[in-house]
Amino acid sequence: MHFARVLREAGMPVGTDRVRLSLQALQVAGLESRADFRATLAACMIDRAEHRLLFEQAFHIFWRDPELLARVMAMLLPQAEARVNAPPPPENRRLAGALFPHAPAATEPPQEQQIEIDARLSWSEQEKLAQRDFETMTAEEWAEARRVLARMKPLFETRPTRRHARAARGRVDWRATLRAQGRGDEVAALRFQRPRERVAPLVVLADISGSMSRYSRMLLHLAHGLSNPAEKRHAPKVWSFVFGTRLTPITRLLKQRDPDLAVASVSRRVADWSGGTRLAACLHEFNRLWARRVLTSDATVLLVTDGLEHGDAAALAFEAQRLRLACRRVIWLNPLLRFEGFEPKAAGIRALLPQVTLHLPAHNLASLGQLAALLSAPSTTSGDKKR
Amino acid sequence: MPGSIDETAAGLLAQGYVAQRELATAAFLALRLQRPLFLEGEPGTGKTEIAKSLSALLGKPLVRLQCYEGLDQNSAAYEWNYARQMLEIKTDAGLKADDLFAPRFLIPRALLRALQSPSVLLIDELDRADEPFEAFLLEVLSEYQITIPELGVIQAVEPPVVVITSNRTREIHDAVKRRCLYHWVDFPDAKRELEILRLRVPGAPEALARQIVLFIQGLRKLDLYKLPGVAETIEWSRALLELNALELDPQTVQSTLGVLLKYQDDIAKVQGSEAARLLSQLRSELGSPGG
Repeated sequence: MHFARVLREAGMPVGTDRVRLSLQALQVAGLESRADFRATLAACMIDRAEHRLLFEQAFHIFWRDPELLARVMAMLLPQAEARVNAPPPPENRRLAGALFPHAPAATEPPQEQQIEIDARLSWSEQEKLAQRDFETMTAEEWAEARRVLARMKPLFETRPTRRHARAARGRVDWRATLRAQGRGDEVAALRFQRPRERVAPLVVLADISGSMSRYSRMLLHLAHGLSNPAEKRHAPKVWSFVFGTRLTPITRLLKQRDPDLAVASVSRRVADWSGGTRLAACLHEFNRLWARRVLTSDATVLLVTDGLEHGDAAALAFEAQRLRLACRRVIWLNPLLRFEGFEPKAAGIRALLPQVTLHLPAHNLASLGQLAALLSAPSTTSGDKKR
Repeated sequence: MPGSIDETAAGLLAQGYVAQRELATAAFLALRLQRPLFLEGEPGTGKTEIAKSLSALLGKPLVRLQCYEGLDQNSAAYEWNYARQMLEIKTDAGLKADDLFAPRFLIPRALLRALQSPSVLLIDELDRADEPFEAFLLEVLSEYQITIPELGVIQAVEPPVVVITSNRTREIHDAVKRRCLYHWVDFPDAKRELEILRLRVPGAPEALARQIVLFIQGLRKLDLYKLPGVAETIEWSRALLELNALELDPQTVQSTLGVLLKYQDDIAKVQGSEAARLLSQLRSELGSPGG
């Protein structure tokens, strides 16, 4: 069915099973009225709220004049391609490194054995690296830093769920006990169960405005590293968003395994790269559209911004409070904290601070290491402003 | 079983449910194709209500499964009656292991009950249950059967009419959605909302009903944290009736806003000037003299 193919091309996942279902449905519902026809197709082909608009438009154009749609698509296609091909924001140093590949070792994955053998050497190298700012980093150092991040396995706190798993001690599991007896175990040993644990989800909100551009790319790598953990079992569910003048969800883009490809696709997707900041407006958008979907009461929010807000500080304070009330803790990573004697003078920073559980510097590897330690620490250490 | 979309719509209307054409289509298809109906939408737009209306329309009992975090098989599908099993072991020495897991020891919960007799199965607020539970639903939704390891497969006597609702606090897995017909339940337009109001709050004076609907339609255009749903419209009308209000005036609106808006920030925003603006706007639209 041509229409289904058009929808698929437009980015809606319409499988063959859905096409078959729609044909079945049309046999039942009949073809008399256009409105019913549309409603039938909609019920069969849509499975996400986001796709409704897309479907409406495609339907409208398609059933008026299929030729027109083809023309419209043809017209749109070069534009869409042009947008894809548009140069991503410059990544100077790494690009330079890539253009003049005199250091071939940088692209190879790190060898585990090598690290074990001369552990001291690599440790000291890491130490030196750890004090560097991301602002002045060559391709090799960048690669090394990324490796450090990738190796960092932050263990997050776990919360009990209401599901149960078999355990040595705990509540009596009657079903397992009886089944064991039924199998003929004469010794009436009780079986037990206890609540299963779940790792609390994490929401990353990263500022990518002009003042943050140098750090934000590194922080995207952090977000990517968090979203694609080496070991899935104890990894939290991570939701990522970036914002400048508007909020962009990037969770799906970061699902891409290769960190460079993932970060590149983010940089293409984001329209307001290195622009201004509208912190309050973006938080408002997050609170309104996303908070109730991604924030559970035990979630941790990782807010990465310098807090330099051009807009209304009162509105920011309000939105920050709302954010604070919707999650378990808000951790603010602030690159400005690197400067000795940093004082919260800017209105935006003063508006944010009261709502933040923890305020941490995030300008080099040492403080990202600090972050890893913090995120893995039990909740008791983060207690000063807890609910 | 209604024979066409029109019959479905008319049938639902007779049960006191004003369905949009699209919803009637989806419901009709769900009945005819024996597919679950998956409803998403803002809270208070009548998602749960349609299951009740369908159950009344078809004359089948409604089996409701309210989802919550940690909902598991034991409380959703079936559970073994362990106390009774223990008792039987004690009293009857000749009891064999196989006899222990017989149907008579089975306590059916919502899902199993829906399969055992013709019914309308409402799986309410599926987004509240955790993801592992969805996987358990797959077998029920596509094959209308439940596999009990100790007993075997239990097939539905007659496939139940399944209605699943979600408030979209999280995305439901595609595997579940794939098996369903999808419909997004939107806020109704003014005309339909008035129709709903007439049907559900028959005592309301026509003029008041019109004002209420216009006021709420105006509210939905504002940038509020939580927009009032149809449920709130109905509640508000009832509240106003209780107060013997004949038309909306700033004083009444002020004192009853808590019925409509459930966030203090939203109330603070609407109170005073915003409410007055909406009121004057609806006055000019209705062209009625007043205040």
